[in-house]
Amino acid sequence: MRANCWYGKTSLSVEEVPDPQILNQRDAIVKISSTAICGSDLHLYNGLIPTMQRGDILGHEFMGEVVEVGREVTNLKIGDRVVVPFPIACGNCFFCKEEMFSLCENSNPNAWMAEKMFGHACAGLFGYSHLTGGYAGGQAEYARVPFADVGPIKVPNHLSDEQVLFLSDIFPTGYMGAEMCDIQPGDTIAIWGCGPVGQFSIRSAFLLGAERVIAIDAVPERLQMAEQGGAETINYEEQNVYEALMEMTGGRGPDACIDDVGMEAHGPAGIFAYDRVKQAMMLETDRPHALREAIMCCRNGGTISVIGVYGGFIDKFPIGSVMQRSLTIKTGQAHVQRYMRPLLEMIENGDIDPTFVITHRMSLDDAPRAYDMFKNKQDNCIKVVLKPDWKENGNGAAKDDSYSVIH
Amino acid sequence: MPVNEQRRVLGNRAKPGLSNNSAKRLAKGLGWFSVGLGLTELLAPQAIASISGVSKRRTGLIRLYGLRELASGIAIFSQKKPTEAMWSRVAGDALDLASLGAACTSPDAKVGRITFATVNVLAVTALDVMCAMQLSNGTNRGIHAQGTCIVNSTPEEVYQFWRNFQNLPRFMRHVNSVEELGDGRSHWKVKGPAGMEVEWDATIVADVPNEVITWRTLENSDVDHAGAVRFERATGGRGTIVKVNLEYLPVGGVIGATVAKLFGEEPEQQLDDDLRRLKQVLEVGEVVVSDATLLGTGYMKQRPGQPAGAKELESAEMLPSETATDYRSEGRTV
Repeated sequence: MRANCWYGKTSLSVEEVPDPQILNQRDAIVKISSTAICGSDLHLYNGLIPTMQRGDILGHEFMGEVVEVGREVTNLKIGDRVVVPFPIACGNCFFCKEEMFSLCENSNPNAWMAEKMFGHACAGLFGYSHLTGGYAGGQAEYARVPFADVGPIKVPNHLSDEQVLFLSDIFPTGYMGAEMCDIQPGDTIAIWGCGPVGQFSIRSAFLLGAERVIAIDAVPERLQMAEQGGAETINYEEQNVYEALMEMTGGRGPDACIDDVGMEAHGPAGIFAYDRVKQAMMLETDRPHALREAIMCCRNGGTISVIGVYGGFIDKFPIGSVMQRSLTIKTGQAHVQRYMRPLLEMIENGDIDPTFVITHRMSLDDAPRAYDMFKNKQDNCIKVVLKPDWKENGNGAAKDDSYSVIH
Repeated sequence: MPVNEQRRVLGNRAKPGLSNNSAKRLAKGLGWFSVGLGLTELLAPQAIASISGVSKRRTGLIRLYGLRELASGIAIFSQKKPTEAMWSRVAGDALDLASLGAACTSPDAKVGRITFATVNVLAVTALDVMCAMQLSNGTNRGIHAQGTCIVNSTPEEVYQFWRNFQNLPRFMRHVNSVEELGDGRSHWKVKGPAGMEVEWDATIVADVPNEVITWRTLENSDVDHAGAVRFERATGGRGTIVKVNLEYLPVGGVIGATVAKLFGEEPEQQLDDDLRRLKQVLEVGEVVVSDATLLGTGYMKQRPGQPAGAKELESAEMLPSETATDYRSEGRTV
């Protein structure tokens, strides 16, 4: 089969690799119909996540058709159309029973690597380095899905791939970012980062009852999309974020702040340069500008929800602000399995149509170009969906340069 | 509870002298001594020169030795088991003694004070050597490993699973088979390097249902191996805490030494991996594999996170036996 393989920093290659096989009895093999590039894939692309190996297949947002099941998988049958959650979870361990699926104790065979990095291991993830298990990812024609009796959700045929694909990651992730804010009626929520996850956090915050959402970014088309979702916006290149937020909230600050940015934040030039240099010198692995700013801006007693991905260590963390002002920090990789069913219901009810975030549809073979475009935010790129059979079925006829742009 | 039996099997086999724990405590004390002396040498080299009777012109050298002492001290505190750091102290003592000897030849040396200083250094050296040797003993005399995991099953279930020794190869990667011979005896076949297989007979020493099992090899075995597993009920009905201690002593020359090598350089890592697999087998039914870990979970064993071809699958030793038979008999395709 063809798969998008990682060969080093900004080096990808779509090539022929062996087809996946059933390795455990609770596996299924899925023939992938749609797969997406995630903002967190860019951390791998930029070489910031350790324990990557040449030849690793990327991709953790995918869906398709079940073509084979292991002996222990009784809830799925060949031909079922499923969306696959990005964390791999066994459903039996303490954390799975507590519905904290991204902390599954059994799905990461390389747990020892994660223990060295994080103190304790977290669940296995598709296509996300060896310290999260070393599983082949879903930017491919087929994928082996472990614990297929727990993770994948069957989706009805009247919903298109693009309507349900993001149940695999960014919709539940954005939603959990908002849910962690414990939103009360009348709350104002500030959201750093208007990438795809940020966009879903904006809409989820409203779905969860926020009265006001303020979104922060510097990319015009992303701010525009945030406004379409009902948010007020702050362009951090034009305004001082702290001052703008204080002005908008009478000096009290937002009730909760969501960091939808993570480890590769951009910000005012001086701070960005400081963190970028430290990151390059391996003195810190992550650039936490958004997180620091969110903490300083949040109202007293408020909540900081960190859903953007961090991988290592930061410095100049304003713990004094957190402690003195009774802030609560909540965080975690999304426990996707917990959210898939209720969010699928929201899509079916028409509460939200996740397709709004898609700007590009391309062939799987174009993955390297898609990454480059997404990373550099070229052509107003916000979210790319890759289709292994894009050329053959010509769903929505590709332009002459093989991808189409929707605005 | 046959505690005495257990002690006999797993207890302190070290020669008379310091126990491992008291050696660690002594090392900590010597670490503080290093830090204190190092700081004094660094900040008040004149005073040190005066006490030890060496020339005042040597303060630069004394400051350097102060840095060395500090480094030894820090090394002792940063290692869980500071064997190397203790040997570095011994090397430092030798350097101190040599320097004191050399200092005697200096025209303004005060031989009386130098002798006094030398006697003191010799006393500390004796302590250092004793402590370092004791810490080394623990590592050279055999392989010890302890590990723990928590499993979402009752102590009764985990005990039953473990007590049926035929289950052990399902999660112990190096064990090919364990055959029960009755009367608490069992025959073990264990993977060796280069496809070699090592065998031994073991006997149960203590067996307290749902609490503890200890075993050891029979007297005439080539391998002196002992193990213990304890099952403790976790708080709040959150399963069972499993604690394992293993000990391999290479008494039988070549074969024993080979068996010792089975566990590689990080026996505790291997045991941790085995316990993780125990948890997987009990909680999800089989050992969980990813593309990267088909050949093993060690850093050097990792293969790329992409599907293995038919050839690779045939020899993928981490495949659970249930699937492995599929691939080894006829091969299959999607």
